[in-house]
Amino acid sequence: MSTLAVIDYGMGNLHSVAKAVEHVGRELSLALDVAVTADAQTIAQADRVIFPGVGAIRDCMAEINRLNVGKMVAEAMQTRPVLAICVGMQALMAYSEENGGVDCLGLIPGQVRYFGEELRDAAGARLKVPHMGWNEVRQTRAHPLWEGVPDNSRFYFVHSYYAQTDRNDLVAGTSRYGKEMAAAIADRNIFATQFHPEKSQKAGLRLLGNFLLWSGEA
Amino acid sequence: MGLARRIIPCLDCDNGRVVKGVRFVDIRDAGDPVEVSKRYCDEGADEVTFLDITASHEGRATTVETVGEIASQVFIPLTVGGGIRTLDDIRMMLNAGADKVAINTAAVFDPSFVRAAAQRFGSQCIVVAVDAKQVAGEPGPKWEIFTHGGRKPTGIDAVEWCQRMVDYGAGEILLTSMDRDGTREGFDNRLNRAVSSSVRTPVIASGGVGVLEHLAAGVLQGGVDAVLAASIFHFRQFTIRQAKEHMAGRGIEVRL
Repeated sequence: MSTLAVIDYGMGNLHSVAKAVEHVGRELSLALDVAVTADAQTIAQADRVIFPGVGAIRDCMAEINRLNVGKMVAEAMQTRPVLAICVGMQALMAYSEENGGVDCLGLIPGQVRYFGEELRDAAGARLKVPHMGWNEVRQTRAHPLWEGVPDNSRFYFVHSYYAQTDRNDLVAGTSRYGKEMAAAIADRNIFATQFHPEKSQKAGLRLLGNFLLWSGEA
Repeated sequence: MGLARRIIPCLDCDNGRVVKGVRFVDIRDAGDPVEVSKRYCDEGADEVTFLDITASHEGRATTVETVGEIASQVFIPLTVGGGIRTLDDIRMMLNAGADKVAINTAAVFDPSFVRAAAQRFGSQCIVVAVDAKQVAGEPGPKWEIFTHGGRKPTGIDAVEWCQRMVDYGAGEILLTSMDRDGTREGFDNRLNRAVSSSVRTPVIASGGVGVLEHLAAGVLQGGVDAVLAASIFHFRQFTIRQAKEHMAGRGIEVRL
């Protein structure tokens, strides 16, 4: 039996991600126990950890700090596979522009920026914010989580802020929406996606399956 | 290549069954919502919208159960609307597995509800559904918000209303033309254009799709980010795949 902890810090809907990994676990015939939890001990003992997140960063960081989630994630990523999703990915960075500026966990070097009111595509047409829907993800380097996922597959995004890192070597995938952005960042045991694999049908479920089979370190 | 325009099949549900997409009249049974959702997902739907038209309290429990079943089998975004009036209603639907909720009449009665909902759950899961009807206007056409399935006028201008809802934190606008809903004559693309060009969030067009070209026209003429249709998909007149191929043929970027 392998165990997976989805960190629940009280922000938004974690049922989607739990249901998706349970589904994938069944498809792969894995004996998998999924816990949606904020309990430090359960998270410390889990074989794999998912760090999700939706909503505004200030509220998320307030709960992350209150429940000491940063420490749990930092410990987990030393030894076990960790998947961070959407605001979970943004929370890993050092700082976010959202809500007038919020300090984040600083576990990955970089910051989170707003798309801007005047975002335009290559033809000059105004782009809507949030970036919502299915966009292509270009795989900028090989990674076990991309295994069997065709390059430029579309994934489901919904966000108004995007993560930026100076460490280009950590970027695992990029997307274009007015500007090029990091759609996936990978650093040793951690894989972080701006998109929602749990909502991205075939490509997303494949990525989640890869995560369940990954032993960490790219 | 970049972001794809979305095709969203809509399931109008009454007591746990999908009914014909034409609301309030001529209700025909179109199947089990879980099976129908799975079929749409397999055909390549980009999202699914579930509109609960059940009036009774008992029906509500059925809806929550159905939403939960859909969410455990369909791994694309799921929006639930119909009778969302309180923060508890939203929490219940999100806990059941919905990714977004659509707020309609409750927003008109109490606009601050949208603000409270967006603050509590995040704009990404708050869709404001707007039912608009054309009224006389100078110099061009104007549209007014109606509630109760298009029966009650409110005197509120549709474009201003949508801007206000976005300011209050709506992450997306689901815009239905009451003049076109159920007619199969196509979207009201002047309405779509007027709203889409005046808000910064995505707009979903709804109401009136009868043929595939209507979906393409919503994007090309209406300028919307997503198109929603019900009856053309329910009775297998067209598949989602056919709809996407048609749109791709008209030069629209879609997820194939």
